[in-house]
Amino acid sequence: MLKLTFICLLVSCAVAAQDTAALHTLQTVTIFSAKSNSVTPVQTLNGVALERMNSLSVADATRYFSGVQLKDYGGLGGLKTLNVHSMGSNHLGVFYDGIQLSNAQNGTVDLGRFSLDNIEQIDLYNAQKGVIFQPAKGFSSTASLYLQSRKPVFKADEQTHGKVSFKTGSFRLINPAVRLEQKLSDKVTAVASSEWTHGNGRYKFRYTNGTYDTTAIRNNSEIDAWRIEGGLYGQLKDSSTWNIKTYYYNSSRGLPGAIVNNVFQRSQHQWDRNFFVQSSFNKKIGNRYNMLLNAKYGHDYVRYRDPEIVTIDGILMNRFRQHEYYISSANQYKLTSFWDVVLSGDFQVNEMTAVNLDHFPIPTRYTTLAALASQLHFKRLDLQGSLLATIVNEDTKLYVAGKNYRAYTPTVIASWQPFTNPAFRVRSFYKNIFRMPTFNDLYYGTSGSPALKPEYTKQYDAGFSYTQQMPGLWEYLSIQVDGYYNNVTDKIIAAPGKSFRWMMQNIGKVDIYGLDAGIQTALHRIASVQTDFSLKYTYQRAMDMTTPGEVNYKDQIAYIPLHSGSFITHASWKNYDINYSFIYVGKRNSTGYEIPENYLKPWYTSDISLLTHFNYRKTLVKVSCEVNNLLNQYYDVVINYPMPGRYFRFSVSLNY
Amino acid sequence: MKLNLLLIIILSVVVACRNGQQVIPHEETQVTEPDTLRHSFYLLNEGNTGMNQASLDYFSHNTGIYKRNIYNDVNPATVKELGDVGNDLQIYGGKLYAVINLSNKVEVMEKFTAKRIGQIDIPNGRYITFYKGKAYVSSYAAASGTVEGYVAEIDTTSLEITRKVTVGRQPEEMAIINDKLYVANSGGYSPPQFDRTVSVVDLNTFTEIKRIDVAINLDHMKADKYGDLYVTSRGDYYNIPSKLFVIDSKTEQIKDSFNLATSNICMKGDSAYIYSVEWSYITNKNTVTYAIINVKDETVITNSFITDGTEKQIQVPYGLAIDPVTADIYVTDAKNYILPGTLYCFSQQGKKKWSVTTGNIPAHFVFVQP
Repeated sequence: MLKLTFICLLVSCAVAAQDTAALHTLQTVTIFSAKSNSVTPVQTLNGVALERMNSLSVADATRYFSGVQLKDYGGLGGLKTLNVHSMGSNHLGVFYDGIQLSNAQNGTVDLGRFSLDNIEQIDLYNAQKGVIFQPAKGFSSTASLYLQSRKPVFKADEQTHGKVSFKTGSFRLINPAVRLEQKLSDKVTAVASSEWTHGNGRYKFRYTNGTYDTTAIRNNSEIDAWRIEGGLYGQLKDSSTWNIKTYYYNSSRGLPGAIVNNVFQRSQHQWDRNFFVQSSFNKKIGNRYNMLLNAKYGHDYVRYRDPEIVTIDGILMNRFRQHEYYISSANQYKLTSFWDVVLSGDFQVNEMTAVNLDHFPIPTRYTTLAALASQLHFKRLDLQGSLLATIVNEDTKLYVAGKNYRAYTPTVIASWQPFTNPAFRVRSFYKNIFRMPTFNDLYYGTSGSPALKPEYTKQYDAGFSYTQQMPGLWEYLSIQVDGYYNNVTDKIIAAPGKSFRWMMQNIGKVDIYGLDAGIQTALHRIASVQTDFSLKYTYQRAMDMTTPGEVNYKDQIAYIPLHSGSFITHASWKNYDINYSFIYVGKRNSTGYEIPENYLKPWYTSDISLLTHFNYRKTLVKVSCEVNNLLNQYYDVVINYPMPGRYFRFSVSLNY
Repeated sequence: MKLNLLLIIILSVVVACRNGQQVIPHEETQVTEPDTLRHSFYLLNEGNTGMNQASLDYFSHNTGIYKRNIYNDVNPATVKELGDVGNDLQIYGGKLYAVINLSNKVEVMEKFTAKRIGQIDIPNGRYITFYKGKAYVSSYAAASGTVEGYVAEIDTTSLEITRKVTVGRQPEEMAIINDKLYVANSGGYSPPQFDRTVSVVDLNTFTEIKRIDVAINLDHMKADKYGDLYVTSRGDYYNIPSKLFVIDSKTEQIKDSFNLATSNICMKGDSAYIYSVEWSYITNKNTVTYAIINVKDETVITNSFITDGTEKQIQVPYGLAIDPVTADIYVTDAKNYILPGTLYCFSQQGKKKWSVTTGNIPAHFVFVQP
């Protein structure tokens, strides 16, 4: 039914588009940059727009995308993961400069740890990146978030430039950062950056039921984190390119925990150390062959301390250590001017050890991925097909290992320009993919179950994009609409298992009917004031199909609002910018069953930022002031994890 | 700029209209005819960890009405409601005591109204029992300077903690025979190095006088009227199965054991009602046995006290209680631990009389003796 409605919608829009004028390339700086050439739905935030947004981390910025829910435990150090199209945050692939950031232990990436300070662009793709020339990993997620770090760029006469910045504000935030770019030779540039994030993370929160009304301070929420990053970018004589990057993150944070009756203070603490070094090499041979090699080594260390649990050896202290080794080769061959084929092969090893964890089997996972992809691009039609082969071999030093697994999963993508006017494009995709059970799913305590199978998602999507420059009052209009049906099968959830103890099991089923819509426009300059607007809306009916006849059969799954959206507007005048952003998340439930006890009321926040920039001698100085949650609304994203009310941030940066 | 201002104004209006949070009202279901022979009871629903959804249900024998989630209505001023994970519920004198494990307290209410009287702060409390005007609460929290848990003695008039005694690691249920408190120690925080003892505490001196070696990971403990203690061992969840042991309090030695993976146990007269769950690696399924043991001669009388086939509907048996007068049997189904559970009432003959939806993880009963 929904599909039918959707097709009608497409047709009517198509008719409307017929009389519009020819497309001019969109050159305006917009909020979400338009990528009219993408065959899969993509949302992009970059450069100036990112800078203007009231965002400290990548997580904050991704809230403005449509079709997503950010699971946010609140505050500076709270875990923040992204759930795309209600299929679960385990299904999102997060890529840093083209190479996946993975965590075999829990299968998610905490986007709150990635500061925007060194990020140039964020792209969120449904299904996968719309280009086939990529590592096999690029084909292996349900949706993909690409984070691109700033690359050094030099003007003709420049050798060195850099940036020093300082942010402060609520939560006793102290966030100095430094960045240095150096031209080493005509062909090699280097960049180094570092930042320190420190704060007590304290903020006021409020809970009320109309009779009691209590305001308290979030505590045990301090964070102290260092990030150090370095990169070398080079070009060889034959114009092939290479880069090598290294990244180190070290943090110590309190875990403020759930606010429950009589317990407003907790004492758990966590230390993290993440390190990786990765390298890419891209070479073209002749006009037809293109090669991309990637390699990575990653090391993750987590120490968790819980003074409330005293074991026979004293206070509980868990230590988890992971190693990851990754190599990839992607090869593109242009068969004809309109036909490309790609063969990519990736191999990855993940190892994990744990200290003070009973029955932990010390697993190693060997993942081999091979992707065969082909793209046909005609004047008005793009067709992509890819087949991913995944071979997972699981090995453990002790006890029982998870099952080895082999699967072949396809993706088909089409993008079509039905009229001579290229402003309007119709697109559609089908993707079948899965996520492996994480090491926690398989091996954690008595809840882990080595018998788990992967969790599958199937996605059917159809949509259109319309991007048109216009004369008159409105400078341009950009519309993106996608309707989709997804299903998740063999969903891994905790349920009563062996002797009715919690056990991870492949029993969940979810059907999702959704609509993502975005409209973006800008007014022509009026009295040297430039303005633009973006409105995004998401509808998601995510139904629990696990047990027919059960009371929650077809109820909305936990934490997914039926309606959500964002609105952003921005105005600039001379050296001044003002940015306003609004997020709305409709009513949700906390457990996947719609009863009053589980009801979470809608929340909406307004953020405002003011920015200015000026030159002081040869230095470009940028100053900004942000007010977040302007109307001081108290809300929970995750039940009993209160979010901050109104808070402030000030920043100044010197760019030389 | 004007537009932004306008938006702010509109939003302010929208925000002003946002629903204030309200007290979630209780729900009533007529489950049976009024019957004054039967007892009224409270049922404590545990609520899942971190959800702060412990809740209290009440069945009134005078009306035959089952009231779900009454605590909030009666006590709307309690900040963040009843709390996180209810673990035990008892009545002593005119007071109703609920041990709320992860809210680090024992909630004390009026016996007939569930109106809050106060609370006793006990971190990580597990079970409560009473003797001569004192309450005894076991706690997982480490007694200072040790890796072991403790039992707190509380004056039931002043609701103050009077004494504490260190027992084994992560103590669970307790029973009292002849001025002695017996505590089942689990050691659940240090698998596979579980505790395997019952602590014997002299209630006069409030000192631990002995530990009886039984089996790993002890949990439930009930005294029968012949001076025996029935104590369950949960095993290690891997190779060592769970079992039921009988300790003679006179000799303080194990006198008997049953190869029953006992999950819950309830005493009435000469009968110990238990249900047990065995996992079969052959069928990959749980087999539940609803058994009655005659505690006089320690024999299993029946392996199915539910006799009408209703047991097939019960996904995860959890709470268990026997009406002290009518011997009606109450069994709760915790389902998937996320959905509201179901309470079943069976006649003494094991035939279903009625069932009703409860809160999340229905678990602990207490009958209201008039």
